Amino acid sequence: MIGLPHFLVLAGVLFSIAVAGIFLNRKNLIVLLMCIELMLLAVNFNFVAFSRFFGDLDGQIFVFFILTVAAAESAIGLAILVVLFRERRGIDVESLNRLRG
Amino acid sequence: MYIAVVLAPLIASILAGLLGRVIGRVGAHSVTILGVAVSFVLSALIFKGQAFDGQPPFNGAVYTWLVSDGITMQIGFLIDHLTTLMMVVVTFVSLMVHIYTIGYMHDDPGYQRFFAYISLFTFAMLMLVMSNNFLQLFFGWEAVGLVSYLLIGFWYTRPTAIFANMKAFLVNRVGDFGFVLGIAGIVYLTGSLDYQTVFGMKQAMAQHSFALFEGQPFNAMTVICICLFIGAMGKSAQVPLHVWLPDSMEGPTPISALIHAATMVTAGIFMVARMSPLFELSDTARSFVLIIGATTALFMGFLGIVNNDIKRVVAYSTLSQLGYMTVALGVSAYGAGIFHLMTHAFFKALLFLAAGSVIMAMHHEQDMRQMGGLRKYLPITYATSLIGSLALIGFPGFSGFFSKDALIEAVGESHLNGAGYAYFCVLAGVFVTALYSFRMIFMTFHGPERMDQHTREHLHESPWVVTVPLILLAIPSVLIGWVTVGPLLFGGYFDGAIVVAPEHDVLKEMGANFEGPVQFILEAFRAPALYLAAAGVLSAYVLYLVKPEMPAKIRARVEPLYRVLDNKYGFDWFNEHVIAAGSRSLGKLFWTIGDETLIDGALVNGSARAVEWTSALVRHVQSGYLYHYAFAMIMGLAALLAYLLFHT
Repeated sequence: MIGLPHFLVLAGVLFSIAVAGIFLNRKNLIVLLMCIELMLLAVNFNFVAFSRFFGDLDGQIFVFFILTVAAAESAIGLAILVVLFRERRGIDVESLNRLRG
Repeated sequence: MYIAVVLAPLIASILAGLLGRVIGRVGAHSVTILGVAVSFVLSALIFKGQAFDGQPPFNGAVYTWLVSDGITMQIGFLIDHLTTLMMVVVTFVSLMVHIYTIGYMHDDPGYQRFFAYISLFTFAMLMLVMSNNFLQLFFGWEAVGLVSYLLIGFWYTRPTAIFANMKAFLVNRVGDFGFVLGIAGIVYLTGSLDYQTVFGMKQAMAQHSFALFEGQPFNAMTVICICLFIGAMGKSAQVPLHVWLPDSMEGPTPISALIHAATMVTAGIFMVARMSPLFELSDTARSFVLIIGATTALFMGFLGIVNNDIKRVVAYSTLSQLGYMTVALGVSAYGAGIFHLMTHAFFKALLFLAAGSVIMAMHHEQDMRQMGGLRKYLPITYATSLIGSLALIGFPGFSGFFSKDALIEAVGESHLNGAGYAYFCVLAGVFVTALYSFRMIFMTFHGPERMDQHTREHLHESPWVVTVPLILLAIPSVLIGWVTVGPLLFGGYFDGAIVVAPEHDVLKEMGANFEGPVQFILEAFRAPALYLAAAGVLSAYVLYLVKPEMPAKIRARVEPLYRVLDNKYGFDWFNEHVIAAGSRSLGKLFWTIGDETLIDGALVNGSARAVEWTSALVRHVQSGYLYHYAFAMIMGLAALLAYLLFHT
């Protein structure tokens, strides 16, 4: 029988993968965006699981909103990425350190 | 009527000053002379009304400016016998000077401005003498100081004039500081600015004391009176605040006559006489007044002997005569002080205007060594200067004789601390006065003609606008003493206006023997003053006419003494090298340490540098890599969560 803990563990695993992706990835900015997306999905998993568990639909409504916002956010992220690529001829994360003090 | 006296010169001044271009030269002098003439006529009427028709004194406010915390500030007039006398003297001398100025300033580009200033001065002086409260007194006091400043620097392109007017202003500030402290003390104790109220509470005030230093209480009345007198020292040029007056001769001669001889410098004397109810309560303060006055009277006279600038000689004689008046105030002979003030106003204005006439004839040459033998070129000027000088040295029958003789006798009668010293000073001063006055007369009008050929050819008597005021001033210089000596000194003219405690009323003791002016003159032949004056004239005659080579010999004999006199006792040196240089170096100290090092260095630049230094350290944390920031965020979140979990 699949219960609440399974979902939470799954979400935790997904979130950890995403965090690890952010830290470990040194090459590609797209992977970075995907990791952020994955984090949001992990959170969504939690929402749905708890909503189901408590018999309350609010969590699932929340998920819809988060998905919408996430879509908009990745659209913006990709747009910035395109501009960045045109500007610097590459999307290598290692080279994006112009904020260095 | 009273307000018209004050406003007429003010309106005239505004017209001449602001519309000078529109109304032109003739318009400017007409309107100001009209204003002052109106003022003079009204003053004379008020004087007649009070002195002869027995009208009561007027005391009332015309306008309340503001009331703050129980202290009423208003413009008001106190018109009593003292005030009316001052009003007549001020407006008369001012009128003469206005007329004289038409001739003296004839070619000056600042003609309208000059008339605006002297009218404004008349207004300020009238405000001062007619005031019934300390605030208005202070207003007039500062206003005459301002006009004096403007007029000393009238020829503002001359660096010496600018230096002199700055000096006059700064020295007067020192005096005014004392004056303001005195007024503040009065307001603190009585809560009122009004003369009548303050005088009514004088006994209560005398009970108080101020602890100026820890554990050393001073009588409040003494402190207040000395503070007020310090103000008078600044305005009336008493030692050591006298340094500005000789320098003020940089201004045009008419204002030297009006402001620095006849009227403004007497404001201090007038003020002390007005405050007589307060000064009577403090013997210490009056001793102070006495000693300062006596010192001024004698030692400033000496300086007149060594000076060669005709105007400065007269200026030093003014200082010396102001010293005499101050001495009179010190021994409670306020009446004698005011009497001398009045006679002095006439003959000193006369002497100054005559000196101005000489200067005009000499093409603005002021050095007496370049003059000589002028009496046949300038007969009227010569006659009037001679009258002025005779009045100044106290020749029997002339106005100065009555006032000065009465004054000296009053000092002799006094038993105040320091009266002995003062008596010596005023007696020796008589000799000195005679010496320098006649030195000036002899060097200017007698003896060989020392001017150059060009000047000699152009020598001629001044126009009538100059000579008429001279003659009009010469008349009171001769006669005023005869008619006023009785009532002013012994006839109780000042009753009610001036308060003298019976135990030191020296004039009353003298009045017991007074039987009219003629007897007063005869009496004088038994006193030393007259013979001292004669000796002074005689020595001047011997030294400067009979044996002109002698002064040089004497000078060589007493070289160090001469140097002291030539340097004016080093007051200027002291002021410039100790006070001015001291405050400059103090200012520099504050500038370098306080401003540059502390404020600029430590606070302003220091804080910027601190920010720079810390940020140089902190900037190493900023790697610029996205994953470092993300890592920091996650770690921060984890730390926060851990804290919340395990701590709450």
